[in-house]
Amino acid sequence: MEHKASHPALQHHFENLEQQREAGTLGMWVFLVTEIMFFGGMFLAYTLYRTKYPQAFASASNHLSLPLGTINTGVLILSSFTMALAVYSAQTGKRRGQIVCLALTLLLGLTFLGIKAIEYHDKYVDHLIPGRLIPGRPFDASGVHLLPGAAKQNVEMFYWIYFAMTGMHAVHMIIGVGLLSVILYFAARGRYGPEYHNPVEISGLYWHFVDIIWIFLFPLLYLLGRHLEH
Amino acid sequence: MKAPETFEIPAAARVNYINAQYGLKSWLLTKDHKRIALLYLGSITFFFFIGGLYAMMIRLELLTPQGDFLSSTTYNKVFTQHGIIMVFFFLIPSIPATLGNFLVPMMIGAKDLAFPRINLLSWYIYLLGGVITIYALLAGGVDTGWTFYAPYSTTFSNSYVIAAGLGIFISGFSSILTGLNFIVTIHTMRAPGMTWFRLPLFIWAHYATSLVMILGTPVIAITILLLAFERLAHVGIFDPAVGGDPVLFQHLFWFYSHPAVYIMVLPSMGVVSELIANFSRKNIFGYKFVAFSSLAIAVFGFLVWGHHLFVASQSVYAGMIFSFLSFAVAIPSAIKVFNWTATLYKGSISFDTPMLYALGFIGLFTIGGMTGLFLASLAIDVHVSDTYFVVAHFHYIMVGGALLGYLGGLHYWWPKISGRMYPEGWGRFSALVVFVGFNLTFLPQFVAGYLGMPRRYHAYPPEFQVFNVLSSAGASILGVGLLIPLIYLVWSMRYGKRAEANPWHLPGLEWRTASPPPTENFLITPVVTWEAYEFAPPEEMQVIGKFREGTDLDAPIIGKS
Ligand code: HEM
Ligand SMILES: [Cu+2]
Repeated sequence: MEHKASHPALQHHFENLEQQREAGTLGMWVFLVTEIMFFGGMFLAYTLYRTKYPQAFASASNHLSLPLGTINTGVLILSSFTMALAVYSAQTGKRRGQIVCLALTLLLGLTFLGIKAIEYHDKYVDHLIPGRLIPGRPFDASGVHLLPGAAKQNVEMFYWIYFAMTGMHAVHMIIGVGLLSVILYFAARGRYGPEYHNPVEISGLYWHFVDIIWIFLFPLLYLLGRHLEH
Repeated sequence: MKAPETFEIPAAARVNYINAQYGLKSWLLTKDHKRIALLYLGSITFFFFIGGLYAMMIRLELLTPQGDFLSSTTYNKVFTQHGIIMVFFFLIPSIPATLGNFLVPMMIGAKDLAFPRINLLSWYIYLLGGVITIYALLAGGVDTGWTFYAPYSTTFSNSYVIAAGLGIFISGFSSILTGLNFIVTIHTMRAPGMTWFRLPLFIWAHYATSLVMILGTPVIAITILLLAFERLAHVGIFDPAVGGDPVLFQHLFWFYSHPAVYIMVLPSMGVVSELIANFSRKNIFGYKFVAFSSLAIAVFGFLVWGHHLFVASQSVYAGMIFSFLSFAVAIPSAIKVFNWTATLYKGSISFDTPMLYALGFIGLFTIGGMTGLFLASLAIDVHVSDTYFVVAHFHYIMVGGALLGYLGGLHYWWPKISGRMYPEGWGRFSALVVFVGFNLTFLPQFVAGYLGMPRRYHAYPPEFQVFNVLSSAGASILGVGLLIPLIYLVWSMRYGKRAEANPWHLPGLEWRTASPPPTENFLITPVVTWEAYEFAPPEEMQVIGKFREGTDLDAPIIGKS
């Protein structure tokens, strides 16, 4: 029955590595579909209220830091590039390349989170954290330049949507950083090569997905009303 | 079908998934889909029992028109908790996590689900969600209704909304993971020769259910999360004080919860397709129609949620569209019903317990579905919305449909799962008791609701008492009917007659291995050369599942060697 000696990474219930790889990849795609639906609820709320309160949303958006947002976008796009290189190095069996690229990706991910933390802190200083998320420090929109027709309470709504969406995105980044650390550890021990590299691939899929979410968040949250401000 | 050869059975065949390993740890850390199915079976039975206790309290209160047994606050909590437990902790996992978990790999000829560890994880997630919800109930309960409508849930309710919501949020991930596992398994792990159109309809139904699980559940997850934050920190997406819209909550909630009703009923339809074909000993009529109608239900089920908002400030035009689409979604369900009845025609029908449940399903589901069309008609819904008519409608589908299918399936595969037969006489008797008790409970509710009795109150005008007394009487009969199987199934695990590999003499793959099956399901990878529901001539059927005389050893007999 047994054919050639099976690869140590082959799990007992799969016939061969090819089947195992197919299952792993499809599993990640299906998972990403659930993620799209998860974020979808928030995108829906965003769309609804942006159409309802365009001036308030534009005013609140203009108060976000465009430079930091732009830098972060660049950082993430770069990290997707290094991630793609890491997958390529795993597929072609370049161990050093794998390690370097994974480490770079990790570093860029952490940079993103660091910059995000700075932005969050700025909002904290400006009293722009909505509701009672920070007990004893209520939301106060007086620092936000209001466009004509914008109501303060809707500015608070924008900030809640901003924190909900970027916060959920950051949670996904943190999970991604954890995931990549594990992959990096095994890569350093030489576990992945041309025959078996599915974990690297599907972590890559996840990482790209989290990037793409940001690619949507950035224009929606940061760029939406710049032209209205003079 | 070619007659398969028999060969010497190795001693290892004696070992099955139940006795392969002993000890608590071997169960709690198992990665075997069959054992995980049993873990789920135990836990959902527990939750079903709790949900049932709440139901009894509701029926007891409603015996008299005065609110004398429970205060209005307590009553609110009791029906809420009944709903939460039955929907999220019993019906949604019921068939997929037990029968589906057990059978999906076996029916397609695989050794396990694609991700055994994730499968085990899903059970722990389910348990964690369950424990948190039970905590919410013990700490003080929830009174928002299982629908959690804002702004009552976000602002005004003085009950444990966040804990209950958290429990549901968490347990949602277990159903996402189950759905993910099924989809990947069905795509990538079918045995050689098991083409898509040779799959049993149970598999098609589970595939469709899984689609709904992965597409719908994340939406309820984010909705509940936003709700919890709103309650906790007064940030608002649903809160009018910052310009939010509470009706958005209803939209998001029903975007999941209407499809979720199909999570409950689709697997049951899969079971019924198996039962009807197999107990008529006939190929199912219109295999492809039944298969694709499952997918159609899964897809169109996402387009009708607005029929829950007809009286919630939704525009009349939106209402008309949702009404039309709700009528449309009834078509694939009707296709199934017609195909089942056509399958019965000229079949050699045997009325074993599973078949009794299946026939009950067809009748009761039809009533539930037809009254759904009443509700989907705008003008009628304005009259009966939030009355007992709605309660009767969805119980006809969730109990008369989903639960009966579950019980039918449980009896049908019991020999495979436990290796023992259940007592047929008791089985038929309790199926009849359940049927009678069920109708006595819920038929009067249609009338009471149509005459105007609102739902969710502990007191009601005296003219409705006669319906409520009938209903409460029916509920106690139903309760007894459900306790009998619980007792004899547990009894049969030890004292039941030993089951053969293929007690019903059927062609499905799950019957071509031992009862109970070995851990790896099939000792050799099966090769499928027959169509689903292809009933072989009797002499060939004899061979299948029959092994050496005088022993109770069973082993698979077809496959590539
Ligand atoms: C197939 C399985 C079905 C299940 C499990 C189911 C379940 C439910 C549930 C749980 C509710 C009440 C929710 C609540 O207000 O608490 C409900 C209401 C409703 N159902 Fe169904 N349903 C099913 C099929 C259908 C179909 C096929 C239709 C129409 C074609 C339909 C139309 C409706 C309508 C319009 C309501 C809202 C009634 C109202 O609140 O006024 N249902 N259903
Ligand atoms: Cu519905």
